Amino acid sequence: MSTDPNIPQGGNMTDQTVRSPQTVARTPRTRAEGEEAYLEVTDLHVQFPTADGKVNAVQGLSYALPLRRTLAIVGESGSGKSVSSMAILGLHDRKSTWISGSIKVGGKEVVGMSEKDLMDYRGADAAMIFQDPQSSLHPFFTIGDQIMESYRAHHNVSKRVAKARAIDMLGRVGIPNPARRVDQYPHEFSGGMRQRAMIAMALVNDPKLLIADEPTTALDVTVQAQILDLIADLQRDFGSAVVFITHDLGVVAEIADDILVMYGGNAVEHGPVDKILGTPLMPYTWGLLESIPAVSGTPGPLHPIPGSPPSLLAMPSGCAFHPRCEFKDRVAGDLCRTLKPELIPRTADQGRSSRCHLKEPDRVFETEVLPRLP
Amino acid sequence: MLFYILRRVVSAISVVIVTVVTSFLLFFVAPTDPAGVICGPKCTPDRLADITRSLDLDQPASEQILLYFKGIAVGRDYSTGGVTRHCAAPCLGYSYVLGVPVTQLLANAVPVTLSIVVGGATIYLLFGVLIGTLAARVRGTTLDKAAVGTSLVIGSVPYFVVALIIALYATFLPKSQYVPFFDNPIAWAGGLLSAWLCLGLTNSASYTRYSRASMIEALGQDFTRTARSKGISERRVVYRHGLRAAMTPVITIFGVDVAYQLVNTIFTERIFQLPGLGMRLLNAFNQYDLPVLMGGVVVGATVLVLMNLAVDIFYTVLDPRVRLG
Repeated sequence: MSTDPNIPQGGNMTDQTVRSPQTVARTPRTRAEGEEAYLEVTDLHVQFPTADGKVNAVQGLSYALPLRRTLAIVGESGSGKSVSSMAILGLHDRKSTWISGSIKVGGKEVVGMSEKDLMDYRGADAAMIFQDPQSSLHPFFTIGDQIMESYRAHHNVSKRVAKARAIDMLGRVGIPNPARRVDQYPHEFSGGMRQRAMIAMALVNDPKLLIADEPTTALDVTVQAQILDLIADLQRDFGSAVVFITHDLGVVAEIADDILVMYGGNAVEHGPVDKILGTPLMPYTWGLLESIPAVSGTPGPLHPIPGSPPSLLAMPSGCAFHPRCEFKDRVAGDLCRTLKPELIPRTADQGRSSRCHLKEPDRVFETEVLPRLP
Repeated sequence: MLFYILRRVVSAISVVIVTVVTSFLLFFVAPTDPAGVICGPKCTPDRLADITRSLDLDQPASEQILLYFKGIAVGRDYSTGGVTRHCAAPCLGYSYVLGVPVTQLLANAVPVTLSIVVGGATIYLLFGVLIGTLAARVRGTTLDKAAVGTSLVIGSVPYFVVALIIALYATFLPKSQYVPFFDNPIAWAGGLLSAWLCLGLTNSASYTRYSRASMIEALGQDFTRTARSKGISERRVVYRHGLRAAMTPVITIFGVDVAYQLVNTIFTERIFQLPGLGMRLLNAFNQYDLPVLMGGVVVGATVLVLMNLAVDIFYTVLDPRVRLG
């Protein structure tokens, strides 16, 4: 789909070398051979000018995602995961946001797209499910109204046809008695039902890219699993690519094919889910794994990552994670403090890359970190 | 839903009853000599006795109040100076100073006040919401700052100063007067134009600020982001999704505010020489015309309570979440 000659196509991971510290290396394609990327993010920068200076929310993010695959973007608050995903829909205010790089969705360039083209693109090619369905649905319009509005924005059909479509969609996301539910208001729905309705609204135009921004965070644990299953099922039916933003590694293991770990506006680790969760190669990912509380065995103390996420106004020099990293002394020559590591493809390990100066991180993980994991 | 409205109506009626009883006690029972006050300084003993008997001031207080309510419900007779006059329901008493039933007096004044307030309120609601919404859309820009600044300046100038400036300088406007709407709608609008402008201009300032704040809040809500992500036009996002949510609190303020305007147009009426409710009550106050004052209180209280009721009921239309029981 992409015809941009600057973006290397799949299968040539080894020659993707790093250019400058700010422009991040192209991440290796994490898709199977022959699959075209539907979403391609290349060297994305998102900045918010504020009175205190520029907030560098996303600093050179690159990844690609083919259809029928799910990418989980993982990171703490302020890591840039939501900001980068909002940029995919062009939802940032033009006046107060500065975006550079490229976001291609189905061959369309989203960065710098005109307001008119954005209107045609949003909802039709890519749609978004938001975190809190309670506040993300308009309280004064019926569920049906809101789904119909989405559908009619991209389909020139009568209200009757649109309503039939809304009822059909509500049925498909597992809402019982959709013909009656369609005329109800969001406050008449339970939390899980609201999120189902939200998903119905996002999928009503059959978009090929679905962005789910922590869609289960505001829900009960029992409902969370149902919503995850629903998204996975619908992805199979609709054949779409899914970007799943979360900070819950348990969710990641369940739903994702690939993981992109973000820290301080950068991708720090990227690759297939089994490899990253099996042998993570970056101390921040180790910290994330260690901080998961053990649910079986003897309950011990929690192991949070020490310190707090960096201020996006004053990023640490060198590696953004170095002030919180317990392994920084293993790297010779104060490198962690002075030089920002690149996101380097691991040639030995197909399709993954990480950003760390540490030598032989896989050995360090297996001998030192793995025994500590719950 | 029906139960909700019924409950509100019952509570509204009880508020009016309590207000009427309280003001009745205040005007006719608590003062040592209400008849003397009504009778005035050049009072003859015969006239005093006549007023006392006519107002049933020789009866126990409870009897007096019951008679007052009876007058409102079915009308009553007043005999004064040997002549008995029938005061038809709703009878709010009899003005001894002017020699006419209070109801008739107020019935002439209320349309004037209503005309002033309805016209003025339409202007300030329209302008306030329009400018406030525009300012919210361009917030932070020079245009926004100019709108907020202007509204602050207008809002801090005392009302009567604005009224006087309009009266002095806007001489190109038609002469201020009251012509009943059904006599001549054009003369009606023309005669009220300066009063409308005055009321509209001064109050639009606060509505600009309410609407702007409310709109900024609505546009920052998650559902606005959802609306944008659907691929609908920005205009639709702002005016269908944003304005719909932003207007709910503004309409609430507006309903109560209009009710207060109805009983507070005294400045406007005085400056623009319009014979409305405020003027009537001011005159009654100067002449110690207690029955007229009492009638004014009853009408004012009823208007306030009715408007509150209307807002409550309208709110259930605006916000579906209020529609339950």
